[in-house]
Amino acid sequence: MIFVEHLTRRFGELAAVDDISFQVAPGEIFAFLGPNGAGKTTTIRMLTTLLAPTSGRIAIDGLDPERQQNAVRKRIGIVFQDPSLDQQLTAWENMDIHGALYGVPRRIRRERMKTLLTTFELWDRRDEQVQLFSGGMRRRLEIARGLLHTPRILFLDEPTLGLDPQTRNQLWTQVRQLNEAEGVTVFLTTHYMDEAEKVAGRIGVIDHGKIVAIGSSTELKERTKTATLEEAFLALTGTAIREETAGAAERMRQMARMWGRRR
Amino acid sequence: MTAIYILWLREVKRYTRSKVQIIASLGQPVLYLLALGYGLSPVFRRSGAGSYLQFLAPGIISMTVLFSAMFSGIALLWDRQFGFLKETLVAPVPRVHIMIGRTSGAATTAMLQGLLVAVVCVIAGFRPVSLAMVPLALGYLALIALVFAALGTTIGSSLKDMQGFQMVMNFLVLPIFFLSGALFPLQGLPAVLAAITRVDPLSYGVDGLRSALIAQSHFGFLTDAVVLAALAAVVVCLGAWRFTKIEV
Repeated sequence: MIFVEHLTRRFGELAAVDDISFQVAPGEIFAFLGPNGAGKTTTIRMLTTLLAPTSGRIAIDGLDPERQQNAVRKRIGIVFQDPSLDQQLTAWENMDIHGALYGVPRRIRRERMKTLLTTFELWDRRDEQVQLFSGGMRRRLEIARGLLHTPRILFLDEPTLGLDPQTRNQLWTQVRQLNEAEGVTVFLTTHYMDEAEKVAGRIGVIDHGKIVAIGSSTELKERTKTATLEEAFLALTGTAIREETAGAAERMRQMARMWGRRR
Repeated sequence: MTAIYILWLREVKRYTRSKVQIIASLGQPVLYLLALGYGLSPVFRRSGAGSYLQFLAPGIISMTVLFSAMFSGIALLWDRQFGFLKETLVAPVPRVHIMIGRTSGAATTAMLQGLLVAVVCVIAGFRPVSLAMVPLALGYLALIALVFAALGTTIGSSLKDMQGFQMVMNFLVLPIFFLSGALFPLQGLPAVLAAITRVDPLSYGVDGLRSALIAQSHFGFLTDAVVLAALAAVVVCLGAWRFTKIEV
């Protein structure tokens, strides 16, 4: 479903993603782990048509994200790290606009919105403005929305950041449910190792733009002779803290936190 | 086409739902209208130029449209990082459609806000000289809204973070307002100021509005319309170009 070969992306001198190759099978849940600045988001941006690779090859359901941009966009659903709902609109309206933008016919849209909102336990609140929703509800709505146009692959970029364990647990249960029911492939990133271990069939670990290990969590633990995935992760990527310079997006996030509008 | 329509509708819905914001943004124009309109009225009358409130009202309506249109354009910066815009930018829809939908929505809400202030002006004592000319005034209002909504989109697409926002306010939006003749007549100005007012796009908007509402014009109503329409075409293209360059 996702096929990546010798993928490289340079920003000037820096190779943010450096010659990586991996594959994700249809229906699989794949977790992409790595410390901050390791190249996770850059990889996701390339897979989701938002950034052109410097070199290498990507196939999403057999299509090239760079040349067949719209065809790829129709086949994928994305939940971003930052919120992307319209807070002044209701849950229903947020979904409806998404469906219209992705060209889902009205009748099918209605039915599917009902199914998804019910699955994610938002049906009763569908006519409320999103600004009244909790962080967890917003996340669930974003995931439901991402699935509205029946994508083949769902990309989730740190979807559980800032949520409490109960909400995280519920969210992953629902994602797994959808994965089983519809066979949608899931590509996720997270900093919570327990989530990756519980949800994902296979895990890829990226550091300094290179994939340092790939396999099931058992395989990773065996390879590094560690007891937990967290220890395996640290063994693979080292314990040094990555000091990143805050880019424009990070500065905006800081400002958002200051103004208290983030989630 | 669907994309354009629903994004336009989204802006209008958001506007009609933010009642607190609508009231809040009436504060400034009302203050200008009352403090300047009534305050400077005696001086204006003594100089033989007639009623200052009559003169000022089109200026204040233009100001409202300018601020409102520019703000929602620049708010794009926020919207693309933390808002719905990001979601639309990854949809299988041409970027230009998204830009047109959003910009026309911003222009529409700016115009609605302008109309609201126009009502306040009438309550305060402003009277258009001829009701037959009101449709023409609406045309000028629409052009002003479009020019500045598109300019806001251009800027909002080009800024990297909120740091630039203050710069844009102080060195672009406020000068456009103060140097447009919204507050003072353009006749007999010092040469430098006269030259500046001539390159300020809002000057033509205010002048056009005055020609329609109080039958006074400095540049001539046709010049106003042509300049604004040409400018709108240019800025919309510029905005569309900058918008397609946004990186998500």
